[in-house]
Amino acid sequence: MIFGNLSEKLQDVFARLRGRGKLTEKDVDAALREVRLALLEADVNFRVVKDFIGRVKSRAMGQEVLGSLTPGHQVIKIVNDELTQLLGGKAIPLTMASTPPTKIMLVGLQGSGKTTTAAKLAAMLGKRGRRPLLVAADVYRPAAIKQLQVLGETVGIPVFNMGQGQSPVNICKAAVEHGRSHNNDVIIFDTAGRLHVDDELMEELGEIKEAVEPHEILLVVDAMTGQDAVNVAASFDERLDLGGVVLTKLDGDARGGAALSIAAVTGKPIKFAAMGEKLTDLEVFHPDRMASRILGMGDVLSLIEKAEEVMDQEKVKALGQKLAAAQFTFEDFLEQLNQVRQMGPLDQIIGMIPGLAGAKQLQGLQVDESQLRKVEAIINSMTPQERRNPSLLNGSRRKRIARGSGTTVQDVNRLVKQFNQTRELMKKLGTFDKGKRRMSKGFLSFFQ
Amino acid sequence: MAWRNLFRRGEGKAPDEPGILDRLKAGLQKTRTMLTDGLDNVLRGHRQIEESLFEELEELLIQADVGMKTTLELVDWLREECRQQKMTDPQGVKPLLAQRMKEILGSCSAPLAEGPDQPTVYLVVGVNGTGKTTTVGKLAARCQRRGQKVLLGAADTFRAAAIEQLETWAARSGAEIVKHQAGADPAAVAHDAAQAAKARGVHTLIIDTAGRLHTKSNLMAELEKIEKVLARSLGRRPDEVLLVVDATTGQNAISQAKMFKGAVEPTGVVLTKLDGTAKGGIVLAIAAEVGLPVKLIGVGEGIDDLRDFHPELFVEAILAEGS
Ligand SMILES: Nc1nc2c(ncn2[C@@H]2O[C@H](COP(=O)(O)OP(=O)(O)OP(=O)(O)O)[C@@H](O)[C@H]2O)c(=O)[nH]1
Ligand SMILES: [Mg+2]
Repeated sequence: MIFGNLSEKLQDVFARLRGRGKLTEKDVDAALREVRLALLEADVNFRVVKDFIGRVKSRAMGQEVLGSLTPGHQVIKIVNDELTQLLGGKAIPLTMASTPPTKIMLVGLQGSGKTTTAAKLAAMLGKRGRRPLLVAADVYRPAAIKQLQVLGETVGIPVFNMGQGQSPVNICKAAVEHGRSHNNDVIIFDTAGRLHVDDELMEELGEIKEAVEPHEILLVVDAMTGQDAVNVAASFDERLDLGGVVLTKLDGDARGGAALSIAAVTGKPIKFAAMGEKLTDLEVFHPDRMASRILGMGDVLSLIEKAEEVMDQEKVKALGQKLAAAQFTFEDFLEQLNQVRQMGPLDQIIGMIPGLAGAKQLQGLQVDESQLRKVEAIINSMTPQERRNPSLLNGSRRKRIARGSGTTVQDVNRLVKQFNQTRELMKKLGTFDKGKRRMSKGFLSFFQ
Repeated sequence: MAWRNLFRRGEGKAPDEPGILDRLKAGLQKTRTMLTDGLDNVLRGHRQIEESLFEELEELLIQADVGMKTTLELVDWLREECRQQKMTDPQGVKPLLAQRMKEILGSCSAPLAEGPDQPTVYLVVGVNGTGKTTTVGKLAARCQRRGQKVLLGAADTFRAAAIEQLETWAARSGAEIVKHQAGADPAAVAHDAAQAAKARGVHTLIIDTAGRLHTKSNLMAELEKIEKVLARSLGRRPDEVLLVVDATTGQNAISQAKMFKGAVEPTGVVLTKLDGTAKGGIVLAIAAEVGLPVKLIGVGEGIDDLRDFHPELFVEAILAEGS
């Protein structure tokens, strides 16, 4: 990652000024240049960036920063505050109708993920005890209706369709009637993807809106969207007066700067984040977490939460003590791999660690099932001494282990390397700044 | 924007939408000049070549999604070139910049390969929703129009109704299709499609694959396997492995290109959805940083909306008026 750990960078910029007494406007500018780069690399629209930097600067020039003993910290805090603020402050729930059914319309560009999101949203609401109805209103894309039907069946939610022969407006109108008579309290309309500059199709959305009077219109946006996100969001908002935004494909390594651009241009909240292809992978959006992700500071909170969900507190404590005493062994390694695996795909987990998202040397850490089995086989072929004291592993021992585990010497070498990298990772996690440690009783005590 | 005007056949100019622009302006009032004006306006705003001109150029390129690294390289090069040539007239900047961009795009450019042996085989890959299946359909139609017999391989067995979607495109284009059931092994589909292509003497085989995020190692491994099995059935690599990139994508496309390169060595990029307002400048970064040429562009959802890539036209569009 080009801008690695922004927070570290900013600390550096200010650390150089320590003991010089006063910060000048120039010092602040230097730091904000780093922030600007991070934002641009994250695809925040450049006009939004300018505006944002201007606002941060005026705050940073105030007494609270310049007088502070830790100006670096203060600037990071201001940047984070402002970002979080712009992204909507706190999570904003879906608008529900006082008298059901609640009608939710999903709109967006082609390929942004509307159909999958519709099914995920329906599943989520179904779990909360609602009785949703999905409406297949994409009559244009080949097999779009079929796609929604298959997804509906998977999540056990009924899907209303009238084939491709009817106009989307008529389909949506009929769906409302159908939903009313079938006692559905939420109706979700999956509309066809369209370009924001396609007048005819944008007009069609306006007509659907008029016909069904939705309580919520959500713009579905791909987290990988670039500078054009502002044009897209402004156009959809202008025509439809959006209620909010769903950000999709956040399970990749996109920084998601589009979120910030959209928030800045429309002022509309981001309500959900889609994090995977599984139909349960929809989460309520957390502006604070997104803020640090955009800046490349990692998503520490999500990481801690995930860790706390799956880690056995007692074991964590024991492991922490071993780590401190530098007794971390291959046995612990195996144990820990298994636990981390329960937290979710490792690539996602790494993406949440400050400064590690995209770190080249850690890509080898991506494990899938077959690799994990290999790891197990290799460790099982080690003698107990070797497991406890990895420095014993010389060439001939490695050869023996490879033979014993049905793997190659390269496999063994790779594992030993990963083992060492994991130790590095521990070190890195262990050097979080003190303030963050307090946030978690569990996971971070691991490293204390 | 320019692409729309260049490629929309039989239609008038893109409609003006003053309302939206006004709103955008209003929303961002505090920011300085609007820089959607294109290179010409930037240059007109300066009486001589000066630092602020380069800064505005930077913004123009960033706005087109060219990305920080490639933008800085381009502008640094330009600054140096202007200095060496002792250039003072801003108008001299345009041909220099355009030439440099064409060089970057052209240095690795090559037309869509056709196999020395039949069938010519294209494997189509990319992240979710970029336009793979649509591109397969359009490409099939183009080959059919040229009198070539085409077979499609439905190797997206994962996404709901992906097979049905490709079947529609097969019917539209007049191509044949080899498919298995939903959930089947995509590598097996690729193998069967290759065997069928040889047996039926088709001219072109195009394989559609499931969208996958480049960060998912298991899905990338699956793709590697598809390619390996395909190559084994053919006795050679596919003639093209086409990475489909959505023009709306920002800097993440570089990560996509790098990771797909690590897995299946794409031979070229298809840049889709250029009929929108996104400029697709990310392909400059992909060419400069990853060395992948653009082979085709998608300019609409229709069956005829596929074009060859021309660096000249593309560079003009990027440097032209904004949306
Ligand atoms: N405007 C426009 N839309 C396009 C273009 N190419 C594809 N699309 C649309 O983008 C959407 C997604 O296209 P698909 O071909 O299904 O994309 P895909 O990559 O196969 O998607 P997955 O298989 O789900 O990953 C569809 O609505 C297409 O009609 C293009 O060049 N311009
Ligand atoms: Mg597809």
